[in-house]
Amino acid sequence: MKKFTVMQGLVAPMDRANVDTDLIIPKQFLKSIKRSGFGPNLFDELRYLDEGQPGQDCSQRPLNPDFPLNQPRYRGASVLLARENFGCGSSREHAPWALEDYGFRCIVAPSYADIFYNNCFKNGLLPVVLDAQVVEELFEQVYASEGYALTIDLENQRVQTPDGECYGFEVDAFRKHRLLHGLDDIGLTLESAAAIRAYEERAREQSPWLFDAIR
Amino acid sequence: MTGQTLYDKLWQNHLVEQRDDGSALIYIDRHLLHEVTSPQAFEGLRLAGRQPWRRDANLAVPDHNVPTEQRERSGGVQAIADPVSRLQVQTLDDNCRDFDIVEITINDARQGIVHVVGPEQGATLPGMTVVCGDSHTSTHGALGALAHGIGTSEVEHVLATQCLVQQKMKNMLVRIDGALQSGVTAKDVALAIIGDIGTAGGTGHAIEFGGEVVRAMSMEGRMTLCNMSIEAGARMGMVAVDETTLDYVKGRTYAPTGQMWDRAVSAWRELHSDPDARFERIVELRGEDIEPQVTWGTSPEMVVPVGGRVPDPAAIDNDSKRHAVIRALQYMGLEAGMPVTGIHLDRVFIGSCTNSRIEDLRAAAAVVKGRRVAASLKQALVVPGSGKVKQQAEAEGLDRIFLDAGMEWREPGCSMCLAMNADKLGAGEHCASTSNRNFEGRQGFGGRTHLVSPAMAAAAAVAGHFVDVRDW
Repeated sequence: MKKFTVMQGLVAPMDRANVDTDLIIPKQFLKSIKRSGFGPNLFDELRYLDEGQPGQDCSQRPLNPDFPLNQPRYRGASVLLARENFGCGSSREHAPWALEDYGFRCIVAPSYADIFYNNCFKNGLLPVVLDAQVVEELFEQVYASEGYALTIDLENQRVQTPDGECYGFEVDAFRKHRLLHGLDDIGLTLESAAAIRAYEERAREQSPWLFDAIR
Repeated sequence: MTGQTLYDKLWQNHLVEQRDDGSALIYIDRHLLHEVTSPQAFEGLRLAGRQPWRRDANLAVPDHNVPTEQRERSGGVQAIADPVSRLQVQTLDDNCRDFDIVEITINDARQGIVHVVGPEQGATLPGMTVVCGDSHTSTHGALGALAHGIGTSEVEHVLATQCLVQQKMKNMLVRIDGALQSGVTAKDVALAIIGDIGTAGGTGHAIEFGGEVVRAMSMEGRMTLCNMSIEAGARMGMVAVDETTLDYVKGRTYAPTGQMWDRAVSAWRELHSDPDARFERIVELRGEDIEPQVTWGTSPEMVVPVGGRVPDPAAIDNDSKRHAVIRALQYMGLEAGMPVTGIHLDRVFIGSCTNSRIEDLRAAAAVVKGRRVAASLKQALVVPGSGKVKQQAEAEGLDRIFLDAGMEWREPGCSMCLAMNADKLGAGEHCASTSNRNFEGRQGFGGRTHLVSPAMAAAAAVAGHFVDVRDW
């Protein structure tokens, strides 16, 4: 997994609440059996005027000029500024895959849906939670100044604006550690293999029916 | 010491290791797989040279992509017309063969939606931890299990380690006392709760549903309720074990038998919150107050009773909420303030992991029996949740009732709930749907979804618009 330490990136606005994962990446693209290549279809129904199909050449499709990601000033954005309950709905990890594949490394929002929040950390994507009032101010600043960039420092849990204003954010210690060092979750868990086997032995004794084989 | 909640007990029973950094390693008893969220996980195992930790804890079934039209379906995987869907279902078959995981394949009589099949086969049992790469895994909490959806990285993690790294959620109790009015169902209760607390109301919490209304509900009803926990923002919803649970589980294929059954039952009887258990949040509703619900917008919280009206944005003070309502009205093509009974319908969908069990089909059939769907309707689709549900419905003659009414009777699968197969809405079409999400484009590009109960969907099919099923 990619590490996340400090980054500075252009901010793009996603100015609506309750953005669901169907909106982030519509279902027809979930038929892929790969982990990459979802970027061109990120926010497909908002970004293009036609209905997207898997495997299509998106460079030929009609763009929605009103959608921020299609506007030159947000080209190359790597920080997405969003509203409350971002990533609600389906558990599809294709949503963080699409955001990451497009080029986003960080999302800033007042709140996230639980499964989406968790999925981000598995893909080197940092979901930062800031107070709703602060997010409101950031939206105003993004709209007011072209080229608006934020610096996100995971080690110090701090977001810095272009004029030097700093906002602290909370992140769970274990998630932070893994993301800072780009650690492989499975490898880490397998270091506890002896504890897992000991648990299985205890549980098998106590509740043998839980270990009946599916066959 | 204060008592434990049901969630506390399930968590404690599966704790492998508590870590200093606040995380915990939780053991997973049952892992369910389907074709959409698993291919990348199997590929990850291959790339790392890893094998499943416990093959026989896994059960796979294709459901999202499968065709429901009989002719296409009968030819098996090779007959799936859409090549991308075909490859995905084929990949599940290949992965299950390569990793020696039991799969209920596309034309097996037991095939169906993973969340219908799991409980039906006894593959999900009370007291288990159950996960699946699908957010509606919360359904299985109805059995008194700790069940929730996971992403694909976690699918790979469970395959490789039989565990998940988790953080404990807060406890939330949703208590519905009293009794439901005739014609009001678990789906209406779920929508009423979401309308009350919002789609982020349960975020960070594990919900336990309790109270007289829940105790009186069938297992099918409890599954509908737990299924939609995720639409209330909670990854997991659960119901305490009682006689209804035990009666449902007994005799199922993978359920324990004989002396082991007795041992299991005595352990399962502990699966309830202690009287002095503490919940961080309690929400209370009265059963009598709940009316049949209809969603008018593009989020499940945009819901009103059937006698209600579409909101007027001019009456909303909060900027963010007003903008959301304006956008939803525009997408849905509705007038502010119009009655929801005035919404014209193009299609009706009865199915999905929320409402495709036998009780749901009986409720819908009772409404349409001896009647015809409205001539203005393009399609009314009934998609049973599994092959077993389909068999049972046919044995009861429900298929004839639907067909005689001019509805289509299909093969089991997720179907039009998320339209990954050929069953979808056209742009601008309004659909009365018994599924769980009314997001933009969910049932097809430009499609307009209204979430309702099976009885409400059936009545709407006959009338061509929403009607109060209590007056039926």
